[in-house]
Amino acid sequence: MGEPFVSRGFFGRRRQPEQAGRIPPGQYLVDDWPVLSAGPTPRIRLDQWRFTIEGLVRQPVSWSWEEFLKLPSKTYVVDISCVTKWTKLDMKWQGVSVDTLLQAVALDSRAAFITASSYGGYTTNLAIPDLVNDQAFIAYQEGEKPLTPEHGGPARLVVPHLYFWKSAKWIQGFRLEEREQLGFWETLGYHRRGDPWKEERYSGD
Amino acid sequence: MADALRWQLGTVTEIHQETPRAKTFTIALPLWTAHHAGQHYDIRLTAPDGYQTQRSYSIASEPERQGLVELTVERIDDGEVSPYLHDVVQPKDQIELRGPIGGYFVWDVGLGGPLLLVGGGSGVVPLMAMIRHRVAAGSSIQTRLLYSVRSPDDVLYADELQMLQDHREGVDVIYTYTRQAPGGWTGYRRRIDRAMLKEITSQMEAGLRPYVCGPTLLVEAAANNLVELGIPADRIRTERFGPTGT
Ligand SMILES: Cc1cc2nc3c(=O)[nH]c(=O)nc-3n(C[C@H](O)[C@H](O)[C@H](O)COP(=O)(O)OP(=O)(O)OC[C@H]3O[C@@H](n4cnc5c(N)ncnc54)[C@H](O)[C@@H]3O)c2cc1C
Repeated sequence: MGEPFVSRGFFGRRRQPEQAGRIPPGQYLVDDWPVLSAGPTPRIRLDQWRFTIEGLVRQPVSWSWEEFLKLPSKTYVVDISCVTKWTKLDMKWQGVSVDTLLQAVALDSRAAFITASSYGGYTTNLAIPDLVNDQAFIAYQEGEKPLTPEHGGPARLVVPHLYFWKSAKWIQGFRLEEREQLGFWETLGYHRRGDPWKEERYSGD
Repeated sequence: MADALRWQLGTVTEIHQETPRAKTFTIALPLWTAHHAGQHYDIRLTAPDGYQTQRSYSIASEPERQGLVELTVERIDDGEVSPYLHDVVQPKDQIELRGPIGGYFVWDVGLGGPLLLVGGGSGVVPLMAMIRHRVAAGSSIQTRLLYSVRSPDDVLYADELQMLQDHREGVDVIYTYTRQAPGGWTGYRRRIDRAMLKEITSQMEAGLRPYVCGPTLLVEAAANNLVELGIPADRIRTERFGPTGT
């Protein structure tokens, strides 16, 4: 391509300078919190909720809702970017670090990937290095309130440094795998990793 | 979408004012590929200093129309991209875009029916592509569109939908007016609810395939009620546009 293309008469909404460095390419800032999902919102009863880790582990582990709430939790304040182009800054969550959860199982040395699966059948694939070192957590509160069903409650995975489809709503469990098993959107042409700063939106990006 | 999706420069060939707040842009594409009804394109705007922003717009046209796509854009007054498209873009302008994108909120006649389309606001755009595809493919699959609009002024594709009704080819359009109905209106005048969905689905054949698209509250209400009416959750496909709370 010769000259870079410029959209005739487009100047864009200017950002506040202190925010500019926090918004990945192609994204725009929102104040509200849009909802996106592929089907109806599942309603999960807390007395039937469980979170299970299985696959390449010595012994699968499973927590009930009551047990999960007793795990050490932390407050996280993070920026979130969705592949549908919105970015929301300083979202405040309460949840359990994925490190805490993985410490409860003895990982098989072959385990390299995790398939996160949800009530309702959603799945997404993640590499273990993207989940550990306090980079990811299972949240049950947002903005000091219980997570609503539309936003993934009772609990969702949050992986703030990847596009938000990786942050599986209505989380049900992790399956440890040797090879990456593409999840729901990844099978439909979305990027296998989804780093917003590299604009890894679609497969091949 | 096995190959990388490439950005391309489309040329606007026609702009049609659909309603006071919505325009349809016909864009000729040098790298056109057939889409599935329900998919979208991403538009990327670039300012002279290199600043860029992107938004998604559903394809309104059917894949049988080759070499072009039609995008219908509602003007969001305080928005960044939709006012630019409405107020600045003229025929012959170039627009950078890539697509088609999206593999789940899609329908082809091969998937069969009966087809229940539920939409509100610009959410009707991808549903219109499904209807147009059904007509272009000469299919007789039973099709119903439940269309939630504020007032008669807000109806997208009103003439085309009227014509489809008149031709009695198995496409029914049912309106519900949430703010202001036309004079003498005897149909629905409320937000979509369970009773409405029950009436509409009870006259449809078994094996329904629902597609629901619009603002979050509409999608939540329609999809949850369809589940409670006994339609398996994994058959209901949804797409949510616009902010929460509207
Ligand atoms: C898959 C997909 C398909 C889409 N298809 C279409 C389509 O066919 N036609 C179409 O018009 N739009 C469609 N949209 C929405 C579109 O991408 C933009 O979000 C919309 O045009 C607003 O962009 P903007 O830059 O003008 O406003 P922004 O600058 O992004 O937003 C300005 C303000 O308006 C609010 N806002 C954003 N969207 C809406 C809305 N829909 N109604 C009311 N307020 C809103 C924002 O929260 C914000 O406060 C689609 C979105 C997705 C994710």
